[in-house]
Amino acid sequence: MQIELRILRFDPERDTAPHWQTYNVEADPKFDRVLDLLHRVKYELDGSLTFRRSCGHGICGSDALLVNGRNRLACKERIEKLGRRISIAPLPGLPVVKDLVVDMDGFFESYRSVMPFLVNDDPLPARERRQSPEDRARYDDTTKCILCAACTTSCPSFWSKEAYVGPAAIVNAHRFIFDSRDEGAEERLQILAGDDGVWRCRTIFNCTDACPRGIHITQAILEVSSAIVERRT
Amino acid sequence: MLLRYRGSEGMLAWAFHRISGVAIWAFVVLHVIDIYLVGGNPGAYNELLKIYASPIGRVLEATLGAALLYHALNGLRIIVMDFWPPLTRWHKQLWYLCWAVFIAVGLPVAYIILKPIWEGTHP
Repeated sequence: MQIELRILRFDPERDTAPHWQTYNVEADPKFDRVLDLLHRVKYELDGSLTFRRSCGHGICGSDALLVNGRNRLACKERIEKLGRRISIAPLPGLPVVKDLVVDMDGFFESYRSVMPFLVNDDPLPARERRQSPEDRARYDDTTKCILCAACTTSCPSFWSKEAYVGPAAIVNAHRFIFDSRDEGAEERLQILAGDDGVWRCRTIFNCTDACPRGIHITQAILEVSSAIVERRT
Repeated sequence: MLLRYRGSEGMLAWAFHRISGVAIWAFVVLHVIDIYLVGGNPGAYNELLKIYASPIGRVLEATLGAALLYHALNGLRIIVMDFWPPLTRWHKQLWYLCWAVFIAVGLPVAYIILKPIWEGTHP
């Protein structure tokens, strides 16, 4: 099947603004994914095309892109679902470095700002810090994040204010706030109660829809909001 | 980006919420002005009431009613999810429920507001 692939390209050394470039590529709709088409363009048609990818199997989170107007992982998105005309652009809301590669420094800065690590100053037990299956299940959903940024860059609140920590950072805060072994919840909730924290969420659900791991992101954000309110009462 | 991103029901629900919110705000401004006219310029107020009762005024009134109803119903949907976050898993169904109530309540109200137009009883 012939696919008309439109890619938003930008070379900071040559271009003043991004422009669309069209490639016609052969694809097998049953097996190929968007990443296969990008490889075909790069290997066979235009070696200058720049994009990120690592594992190619939906685990590393390197190849999140705007595919036909929605944030998707290129390695997971099947051609079968997309039709004969496919448009690919870099993730919205982040500065473009080149072609489909965006600068993710701000994204990871937001991630680090919520202390995404276990905080527990108690003396180390002889073996592991134990946890019941029920306590582990409390935050199971938010352990699945691969930091691809598909959620944060699909959020209109993030587009309007880049300082908003964004869904990905809140998901990773949720993972520790509700961990029974962690003692840093108070500090994290204080950070997320700020001007650029959870209250910027407008319950739009683009993040939940974009998450390639199927995390119920809006639910996690609202659980963190509730925890902030309960802390105050 | 707002117009280029193809969000699903959640994004549409939010967009309609914003648009209806702006429409309601515009009406509130107009309402403040017309109420001021009751004391400030009763003649102008009477003229304004005639515009409200005209066919165009009634269509605008029905639109205002639709905006108020949608904003209220979707606002309730958001409040419900705020209080019970697991309900976010059914946010699309809740939105469809909003539309069902919107039609059930909105259609009779629109009928009552617009009836004088085809009955020719408007001023």
